[in-house]
Amino acid sequence: MRKKATRRARRVRLLDIAHARSGDKGDTANVGLIALKPEYYPILVKHVTAARVARHFKGMISGPVERFELPNLHALNFLLHGALDGGGTISLKTDAQGKVFSTALLRLELELPK
Amino acid sequence: MKPQPASVRIAAGQGFWGDWLEAPYRQVTGGPIDYLMMDYLAEVTMSILQKQKSRDPSLGYAKDFIPLMERILPIAAQRGIKITANAGGVNPRACAQAVAETARRLRLGGKVRIGVVTGDDLLGRLDGLLARGHELRNLDTGRPLSEVQDRVVSANAYLGAWPVVEALRGGADIVVTGRVTDTGLTLAPMIHTFGWRPDAWDLLAAGTVAGHTIECGAQCSGGNCLVDWDGIPDLANVGYPIVEAAADGTFEITKHPGTGGRISVAGVKEQLVYEMGNPAEYITPDGIADFTTIRLEQRGKDRVRVSGVRGRPATDKLKVSIGYFYGYKAVGTLVYAWPDAYRKAQAADRILRQRLANLGLKFEAVLTEFVGADATHGPLARASAPLDQLPEVQLRIGVRSPDKAAVERFTREIAPLILNGPPSVTGFAGGRPKPEEIVAYWPALIDKRIVEPCVEVVQV
Repeated sequence: MRKKATRRARRVRLLDIAHARSGDKGDTANVGLIALKPEYYPILVKHVTAARVARHFKGMISGPVERFELPNLHALNFLLHGALDGGGTISLKTDAQGKVFSTALLRLELELPK
Repeated sequence: MKPQPASVRIAAGQGFWGDWLEAPYRQVTGGPIDYLMMDYLAEVTMSILQKQKSRDPSLGYAKDFIPLMERILPIAAQRGIKITANAGGVNPRACAQAVAETARRLRLGGKVRIGVVTGDDLLGRLDGLLARGHELRNLDTGRPLSEVQDRVVSANAYLGAWPVVEALRGGADIVVTGRVTDTGLTLAPMIHTFGWRPDAWDLLAAGTVAGHTIECGAQCSGGNCLVDWDGIPDLANVGYPIVEAAADGTFEITKHPGTGGRISVAGVKEQLVYEMGNPAEYITPDGIADFTTIRLEQRGKDRVRVSGVRGRPATDKLKVSIGYFYGYKAVGTLVYAWPDAYRKAQAADRILRQRLANLGLKFEAVLTEFVGADATHGPLARASAPLDQLPEVQLRIGVRSPDKAAVERFTREIAPLILNGPPSVTGFAGGRPKPEEIVAYWPALIDKRIVEPCVEVVQV
């Protein structure tokens, strides 16, 4: 069973096809996700949807996820609302400014057709 | 009329208040530049400075700007380097006065002119504005400011590049401002150098992108860069970025020769998306920049060319950054060692929460993180790491409440766990945590016509 699945799809970790930087705006974290090579950008556009990212961060954010495209930079920008326990000075989190949501997103694994 | 220069070089010296003290000195000595730009103000900074000013009316600005000026002013004056900095915080005049005293002490009298930009501080006008129907609704929550009116500690409108341009036109060598946008400090020298018009939206957008690229200092020259992070050379001597701009709005990002770090397309991309909202609408007082039009090109080692930037007209509003008293918080930590480090830290957390409940203490929030296990990546980390063999785990627990006494009592419940909780615990050298006042951030918009920037230029 498993072998068959492997033939049909390959698993790709975002860390291997993209880099990222994240920051904050109030209680919202932003993650800029950048394709390591131009040919990876269409993969990001197709598979790293706002819904997929919201699922990835389930339990870590309380609001919706917005996605914006920057084809000129081969990049996507995500806004993760309600990610920072109130944000800025209110937040009790170690990562109150959302600095490492970047690499948290890069943990995401995609299942791509072979 | 003087001939228009073909280019202007603007160097970033500080990306935030507390950034590397060596960076501005290295920027003015490491090679030719025309301007040194230093960004000091974050959202929280204004309320901290307002608090300092309320205790001593001569304070309220970035104090370490003065010893820095003492170090670089003679060099800047000799080389004709001009300085733009929002180090003035909530008291730009006092800051300028301190700079002037320093200049006189350095025998630079007659050689330095200081520009001061004020008019951003709305704290004294706030009650009147609210009474006249300006609601200053929170941009995130939609709530009217009247709900927290009696707890406001600071209120500053974001001014753009134009008051800084006015100071430069008035002959200022150093422009000290209050809450001028980070990007305006870089855009202003370009406007001044090339005579850009207030409705040259593409050019103003290009200058804004230049400002955004270097406003965080080394974050676009190899610092905090994820791509090939351990291949970036000599971060110990990292070169801070320099914008070399042309009159047509194109610019190159580079750094002084012989410095560490790296200027690459990938690194610049990381900075461009930093703290980004809708990339097609990067709104500033000077206009709207469309980040989806930016073209990047590597033009040799440590040199990236930026072109193609398009802009749109400015809105008729200014953003206002308001700080208001919110409550209290405290965070305590303890470190648990192998074996069972994670389980011991979890047990300590349960015991502590039980004790807080037994005491009847109420908090708006209690947050537990296990540093070394899940503090930054939460459930994503727990799902992938082997948690039973961690060499140590730091229990980090924080509380937040409007009730200072409850937060105070919490801080006394950490240390007892060392002797009356789970074993193999250490790392309490820092002592009991202190309850901290929370000044929260309230972003709002105000009609541009309400805010009147004031520009003065004084000869030292």
